[in-house]
Amino acid sequence: QNKVTGTVKDAKDGSPLPGVTIQVKGQTKGTQTTGDGKYQINVADNTVLVFSFIGKATKEVTVGSQTVIDVSLEDDIKTLGEVVVIGYGSQKKKDLTGSVAAINSEDFNKGNIASPDQLVVGKVAGVQITSNGGAPGAGSTIRIRGGASLNANNDPLIVIDGVPLDNSGISGAPSALSLINPNDIESMNILKDASATAIYGSRASNGVILITTKKGSKNGGLKVNFSSQASLAQSTGFTKVLSADQFRTMINEKGTAAQIAVLGKANTNWQEQIYRNALSSDNNLSVSGSLKSVPFRVSVGYTNQDGILKTSNMGRTSASIGISPTLLNNHLKIDVNLKGSNVDNTFANTGAIGAAIAFDPTQSVYSGNNNYGGYWEWLNSDGKPNTIAPRNPVGLLNQTSDKSTVQRSIGNIQLDYKFHFLPELRANLNAGYDVSKSDGTRFVPATAAANYSTAGEKTVYTQNKTNKLFDFYLNYTKELKEIKSRIDVMAGYEYQDFLTESTNIRTNAEGSTTYTNSPYKTQNTLVSFFGRMNYTFDDAYLLTFTVRRDGSSRFNPDNRWGTFPSAAFAWKLNEMSFLKNSNTISELKLRVGYGITGQQDIGQNYAYLPRYTASLDNAQYQLGNTFYTTLRAEGYDANIKWEQTATSNAGIDFAFKKARLSGSIDYYYKNTTNLLNVIPVAVGTNLTNQLLTNVGSMENQGVELALNYNPIHTDKFDWNVAFNATYNVNKITKLTNNNDPSYQGVLVGGIAGGVGSTIQIHSVGYPAYSFYVLQQAYNSNGKPIEGVYVDRNGDGIINVDDQYRYKSPAPKVFLGFNSQMTYDNWSFGFVLRGNIGNYVYNNVKSSNGAYINFQGSNGYIANLSPSVFDSQFAKNQFFSDYYMENASFVRMENITLGYTFKKFLGNKVNMRLNATAQNVFTITKYTGLNPEVSGGIDNNVYPVPRTYSLGLNIGF
Amino acid sequence: CTGDLDRTPFIEVTSATVYNNPAAYKQAAAKLYAGLALTGQEGPAGKPDLGGIDEGFSSYLRQYWQLQELPTDEAVIAWGDAGLPEMNTMQWSSNNPFVRGLYNRIFYQIAACNEYIREASDAKLSSRGITGTNLTDVKYLRTEARFLRALSYWHALDTFGGNVPFVTEADAIGSTLPKQTNASALFNYIETELKAIEPDMMDARKNEYARADKAAVWMLLAKLYLNAEAAGVGAKYADAATYAKKVIDAGYSLEAKYTNLFRTDNNNSKEIIFPVAFDGVHTKTWGGMTFLVHAPVGGSMSAASFGIDGGWGGLRTTKAFVSLFADPSGKTDTRAMFYTDGQKLEIEDLTQFSNGYAISKWKNISSTGAQGSDIVHPDTDFPMFRLADAYLIYAEAAARGAGDRTLALQYVNALRTRAYGNTNGNITAAQLTADFILDERARELYWEGSRRTDLIRFNKYTSATYVWPWKGGVKDGKSVSDFLKVYPIPSTDLTANPNLKQNTGY
Repeated sequence: QNKVTGTVKDAKDGSPLPGVTIQVKGQTKGTQTTGDGKYQINVADNTVLVFSFIGKATKEVTVGSQTVIDVSLEDDIKTLGEVVVIGYGSQKKKDLTGSVAAINSEDFNKGNIASPDQLVVGKVAGVQITSNGGAPGAGSTIRIRGGASLNANNDPLIVIDGVPLDNSGISGAPSALSLINPNDIESMNILKDASATAIYGSRASNGVILITTKKGSKNGGLKVNFSSQASLAQSTGFTKVLSADQFRTMINEKGTAAQIAVLGKANTNWQEQIYRNALSSDNNLSVSGSLKSVPFRVSVGYTNQDGILKTSNMGRTSASIGISPTLLNNHLKIDVNLKGSNVDNTFANTGAIGAAIAFDPTQSVYSGNNNYGGYWEWLNSDGKPNTIAPRNPVGLLNQTSDKSTVQRSIGNIQLDYKFHFLPELRANLNAGYDVSKSDGTRFVPATAAANYSTAGEKTVYTQNKTNKLFDFYLNYTKELKEIKSRIDVMAGYEYQDFLTESTNIRTNAEGSTTYTNSPYKTQNTLVSFFGRMNYTFDDAYLLTFTVRRDGSSRFNPDNRWGTFPSAAFAWKLNEMSFLKNSNTISELKLRVGYGITGQQDIGQNYAYLPRYTASLDNAQYQLGNTFYTTLRAEGYDANIKWEQTATSNAGIDFAFKKARLSGSIDYYYKNTTNLLNVIPVAVGTNLTNQLLTNVGSMENQGVELALNYNPIHTDKFDWNVAFNATYNVNKITKLTNNNDPSYQGVLVGGIAGGVGSTIQIHSVGYPAYSFYVLQQAYNSNGKPIEGVYVDRNGDGIINVDDQYRYKSPAPKVFLGFNSQMTYDNWSFGFVLRGNIGNYVYNNVKSSNGAYINFQGSNGYIANLSPSVFDSQFAKNQFFSDYYMENASFVRMENITLGYTFKKFLGNKVNMRLNATAQNVFTITKYTGLNPEVSGGIDNNVYPVPRTYSLGLNIGF
Repeated sequence: CTGDLDRTPFIEVTSATVYNNPAAYKQAAAKLYAGLALTGQEGPAGKPDLGGIDEGFSSYLRQYWQLQELPTDEAVIAWGDAGLPEMNTMQWSSNNPFVRGLYNRIFYQIAACNEYIREASDAKLSSRGITGTNLTDVKYLRTEARFLRALSYWHALDTFGGNVPFVTEADAIGSTLPKQTNASALFNYIETELKAIEPDMMDARKNEYARADKAAVWMLLAKLYLNAEAAGVGAKYADAATYAKKVIDAGYSLEAKYTNLFRTDNNNSKEIIFPVAFDGVHTKTWGGMTFLVHAPVGGSMSAASFGIDGGWGGLRTTKAFVSLFADPSGKTDTRAMFYTDGQKLEIEDLTQFSNGYAISKWKNISSTGAQGSDIVHPDTDFPMFRLADAYLIYAEAAARGAGDRTLALQYVNALRTRAYGNTNGNITAAQLTADFILDERARELYWEGSRRTDLIRFNKYTSATYVWPWKGGVKDGKSVSDFLKVYPIPSTDLTANPNLKQNTGY
């Protein structure tokens, strides 16, 4: 037993470090340094001491015969020295002036994840990622700090290895991002405030997500990594409908003799018929390392995912190659990235979801004859399908063949040259592309009842997208020691072009009658000049200015160019003398920023031009004996231009040493002006009744909190928790040219039930997509009185004028909580997340929850939602706020348990096993299947399944 | 590379180049005619003309028909689409989407006609080198565009009372906000315009099928004059008679069999003066005739016997209308085409298709019983103007003392003889009263979109002198305020155009 004493100091400045953990390797025994960095510990001779401290690299020292061991701890490159990719360059994380969240692959969500957006669900404050349903490869709606637009695109700009992606969807792909293998991603950095995003100018209003793929490394030998995962997905439950027996009883009680007569004898649970337990597999192999000192990484992956709705499937093969040689004595760095994928999709006919709810449960799946594919269908007296009755859900699935093959490749070559005569100056050239090719066919045979009227359906479509990128910038960095300053200046140019061509031909099944043939081709181009200056004084004061000037082909030459500046200031208080030697605070940084960004993705490429549109073959008009293809003059706004969002941000980053707590708080205010709104034009003044034009304004403001806490940190046992919370308020402040208070707003949010019915509205003074409903009146027993609403305007008539604005689908607060524990070889983690104050219109109940719904006007009967027993509604009350529900929830997003075989096959191989459960449970008062409904209208969404996965990862 | 920012469409043509091709004038004119029938450029749905409304609902014919029929004794609709039940019960407001739908459609049509007239001006035609027969053809089309514009302005006068924005080809796209006109100014404009174009139109029955000719102009003038008193510009029944007579003398003849007017081959009819043309293959919409054929089919009716894939279970009629027929069985007056099996005469519940008799007037089958070319979208054309209407306009003018009563009696009895198949239904000179004509118009022209206008002319639309089930929102019907005779200016346009004042009462 030796008594060992010593002092632990910061290698950077020699200051003593308090709170450093000193652990005897392989044992639980340990101690901590005192306030002056001193420690003492009794150990055996041959032990190894492990010194660890948050933000510092862990150091191991063999005791031997020493009795005094003084240690200096270096900054941990991985955290404080972490370099973060920002637009057109990178920066040390500690020197950031803007609001940037960086998530690395080790922190990604685990489990059966087919689309990259799901990797960071629940991880980042201010970023709300709402799944668009449970179909294989289905994407998510990503909103960073609310949405800045109403009618223009609200999706963030996504940049992969320096190539900004075209955010519009890809035909035949469940989501554009589903073509990217999540296993190839190294990090996702999310730029939130304008000082971080403004370098992307007119595409930055909704935030920017920078995705960096995995690269080879110069150090270390060849690494091979193989991972394999198998998953089982199952429904979390079914939508409540009447059972066959309940339905029979109800029809016998309420139905007419004719309706009772058509009751069947079967007991069919249609939802059980259409859903299944679905298996998926995911295999990835990567080889990385260095070949003749050229770092490289090659990977291949294959994912095969079945959806829980029968027939749905996605199979993705992906490959990526990255090489990053350095030439000319390290003066020229070359980075080449090529990614390619081929996705084969089989889309299920999601009409089966609603049909399974409404279809008569007393009928059997099969009719016993061969008509209409053998499926039991509602027929008219003449034996033809009853066209307004629900269709057999199983028939809908099995008689629809909807397949596509999509290929996409994204690649770039980046040359970074450090001038020989002036090493402070770098030139960076980046050329990239993003191409995709889609081929799809949807086929329904003429024998299917669903497409009986059109003699089946055959839709053949193709799409080719070619996006080209070229950018070039110069970067000059200079350390000016004499004035304690450092400058970093960058200026560049970018050209990006987006070309989309598509065809879509819909015929009857045998191809003899063409219903539509609509070829499409469109192009838009962006030309930009941009620059950034970072100025650092005394390592403590950081200033960033950026500016971008964008020209977009989407606007007329007079409106085409826009300038988007930003400025930010950060003050690292921890570098000040009064905190530099603090025992408690290791980081304290104040940040303020302001910037203007734009949105040029208005959904149309030629909106400013007066155009004529020819009609398709179904929309001809007869004059004499000829059917003429007509020419329609289009309405247009010659002066349409950018939306502009001014963002202010103030934040604090902090880290406490002893408490091992770090985090940040941000306040932001985003004000969008020139908001594009579809407004009614004064009739007679344009060739349309509604025009997309820049008239409105909207604001989002909120607070974000992110905390990381490391409550236990020993050699054997490490526990990290992270918590994030976001509070966001959205309000529309202007919608029309003349702020007429009587203008009700723009009706949005189409619902099932009634043609063209909407349930939401954009109104001044209210959040976007506020629900617009009638206020239900209740009797003394608390039951709704059918058809009786509060006469809110007091005119004695209940009509559309009595609708009022009630809540919105956006949560007021959303929260994420992650926990990650490792104990020896074991690891255990979970992600819990929640939304508070989000409301959902339960369209499943409102359109199936009235007695009228069982009696089709044409001789069929249909199933009901049991909500009819509570409401006793005879007829649908679509606009009643009775169907509004508070859909706040807390969800266990995933739980992962892992085991690492550290010394597998003699230390050479490392193997990890893990088990993951996703969508484990949800606590909510919402009565539908899933409280998290993108858009807030719950209407037969493809249900998100619960998934169990087992994974194996081998590396050597 | 900033030059690459000048991108132009690949598929669409710009106004800068479209008229380089002389054929474009006819295609653009076809769009003006199609404006009455179609809703967009894809058919039956897609690339809609109007926004903020379901495309099928945005159909000119569908909305015009609904606003003319649903608030009357002739039709009720079962569906609960927001704002639709209020059309049955006359409880609409300036936010009503259907009122807005027709208003927007009318002015979309007017704006489109203005654009055409501008682009086909003499100066532009000459600058583009349009000469010879091309020039002659375009000039006819341009005159027809003026007719279509006048037709829409007449609809605006009739349905919105004439207090509407007024724009002509002199007002360029995106220019200043239109001023509001009034009933008498608009009346004068329509009258002047129609008289101005009359000489330049093709002679009656000489134009191509589905294009307007002089008879269409006369017919519109006759309707304009017939309703002049109701529009508040003084009685002009004699003028109505004059122009109705011009139509009657132009060589049209009654279709021998009444029902053939509402069948797929009605394009062969010598009775129809101006149709809105539909076709199951080429001219598809979810409004127009697709609506008129599908919506009345429900209950135990066989969709196949209507030539369609299935009914929509929406439209029926009230017992007030049924009782206009002395014998509603159809056995004597063949115009009584009620479907009663499983249907109740009484309407307890507007939303139940079984409440109220169904009507089987419109069908997608030919006069010989053959199904139309498509099982969903009918081939049947809509007779916007037909000779029987001209007969009845003349007869009404005569009954009001502004025409030859003998001739009038002859016209009325011609219709009744066709209806009865014999002279049993003929009336005497003494029976030829204005009130009789109102009822006869209902029997002859029901579900053809003229009932509201007719009831207003006889002061029976709002008053207590005539009530029908659910008039005013009560089961037995009640009188309603007079201001409901005209529809409100939609609130959307009041917001967009501060020059506008709302119609009185709204």
